[in-house]
Amino acid sequence: MAKDVISPPLIDIQQVTYKYPVKRTMQDHNQLVTEPALQNINLQIQSGEYVALLGHNGCGKSTLARHCNALLLPDEGNVYIAGMDTRDVTKHGMIREYVGMIFQNPDNQLIATLVEDDVAWGLAVKGYPLPQIRERVAEALDAVNISHLRQLPPYKLSGGQRQRLAIAGILALRPQCIIADEASSMLDPFTRQELSELFSRLHRKFGLTIIQVTHLLEEAVYAQRIVIMERGRVIQEGTPAQIFADVERLQELKLIIPDPLKLVVYLRDAGFAISNQALTIEEIAQEIANA
Amino acid sequence: MPESIIRVKHLSYIYGSSPFPKKALNDISLEITRGDCVAIIGFNGSGKSTLIQHFNGLLRPSQGTVWVDGIEVGEKNTDLRALRQRVGMLFQFPEAQLFGQTVYADVAFGPQRMKLGRHEIRARVKAALDMVGLPHEKYARRSPFELSGGQRRRIALAGILAMSPRILILDEPTVGLDGEGRLEFYSYLQRVQREQGVTIILVSHDMAEVATMANQLYILNQGKLVRQGTPQDVFAESEQLRSWDLVAPPLYKLLESLRQQGIAIPDNISTVDETFDFLQQQKIKSGFRMEYSEAEADHHRR
Repeated sequence: MAKDVISPPLIDIQQVTYKYPVKRTMQDHNQLVTEPALQNINLQIQSGEYVALLGHNGCGKSTLARHCNALLLPDEGNVYIAGMDTRDVTKHGMIREYVGMIFQNPDNQLIATLVEDDVAWGLAVKGYPLPQIRERVAEALDAVNISHLRQLPPYKLSGGQRQRLAIAGILALRPQCIIADEASSMLDPFTRQELSELFSRLHRKFGLTIIQVTHLLEEAVYAQRIVIMERGRVIQEGTPAQIFADVERLQELKLIIPDPLKLVVYLRDAGFAISNQALTIEEIAQEIANA
Repeated sequence: MPESIIRVKHLSYIYGSSPFPKKALNDISLEITRGDCVAIIGFNGSGKSTLIQHFNGLLRPSQGTVWVDGIEVGEKNTDLRALRQRVGMLFQFPEAQLFGQTVYADVAFGPQRMKLGRHEIRARVKAALDMVGLPHEKYARRSPFELSGGQRRRIALAGILAMSPRILILDEPTVGLDGEGRLEFYSYLQRVQREQGVTIILVSHDMAEVATMANQLYILNQGKLVRQGTPQDVFAESEQLRSWDLVAPPLYKLLESLRQQGIAIPDNISTVDETFDFLQQQKIKSGFRMEYSEAEADHHRR
């Protein structure tokens, strides 16, 4: 894939403000102030980038993600996907071909009675010829390592396998970008780690743009760029090394600081020479051993 | 000798009466010491939930016996009412079960159902709210729905504490809470354990949580109890854990990595602070050693 420096960003979010419509119920009388879920957001994501959208509950990260494939439309400002304005309803089909999304609960997006049928569904709806569907399904199942399960009904799969199946269904459509909206939050730590590794692999191997929406610092480590949100605003951006360098700030943002990172901070304060580049457990261990 | 508050002997539980019954629990025997905080861990479907549902009589054993604080669960005439007053259970996302117009009404619901006197109820609600750090004077009249997620969860906890349970079972208690909410919740739980001597049983996927809170772990795998031990012992066996689809918490993984790098970290280290202290001492020592050997080398050269 030829990447041009001056090529427009795949996702271009310009001064977006969004407020959820308020339902008139009893409870709302208590909440006198309703803040917009997104406030004047500017964010550009290039094709082939791996971005983590990080923040605690209710910071607006999922709302922003839903603007990236026209599930939500901005109240103010504009969102362009590969140059297409999301306000243009006629472009929504195309936009969603460019940007696929997976959610917390894979069961919400699995529909067919067999794994391979589920992956084929999106292609069939779009009217692809059968040989091509077969080829793409095989390719997608292979990319997420569940080819051996293709004849099973989805309910026989484990949570992690079902989440992989949801990803395969998106991959078969050959999107430019996958948005994972807290896709690991229903998974156990073991499967969660596997999913993070899968995203990195898809990014490296296929040059896919990945946007990982998460509240976990350890998941953001794999990204090239971390974008932190708080109260509907983007408040910080940087490489994982830059972001992880200021742990106090992360703590203020109510993020859960993983123990190894806490240890690194203590050690650094005590004069151990540990660089900002150490992010994974192996890297941290190596630097501690050499410090 | 410490006294066991829960004793399980050869417990099996079989789901369904179809021609292909599923053995959800298979010959489990364990004891839980009074006043401890323990954790039951295992992969999805390993039988954790089935096991804890025996502790308050939601399920009866298919085979074997379960004794909870002197009551045998599953006897025909088990006093379930007495059992459930002794065993409080906090389910996942308990704040979803709040319904009271006020915090007071919500927390008082349990004691009212126990048919306690008005003064007793008032005293219990007050004590329970104080225990979870939401002072009665400030919060009792507010609506639970205007509080934060972490506060709502603590109100759900207070509702159970107001029934004065001797055993508290918590199913994934901090899922969905942010970093701050989590640490607060842990500190109040530890307070309940310390000040009221309540036995706490955690069911959790969060290994870091389990490692900080519990002093005894029980690992279930496919309906069997495959391992029991302290977090230090259990999490040191990363190969074994992997075979049960579990991973050690990040700190233990780091300790293992450090050992592979040739740093001899003692087995009893289990917290960030302990690791830090050890590494710092180690550095001072190795510093000394280096200076000493240099001095010695100098000496020889002379």
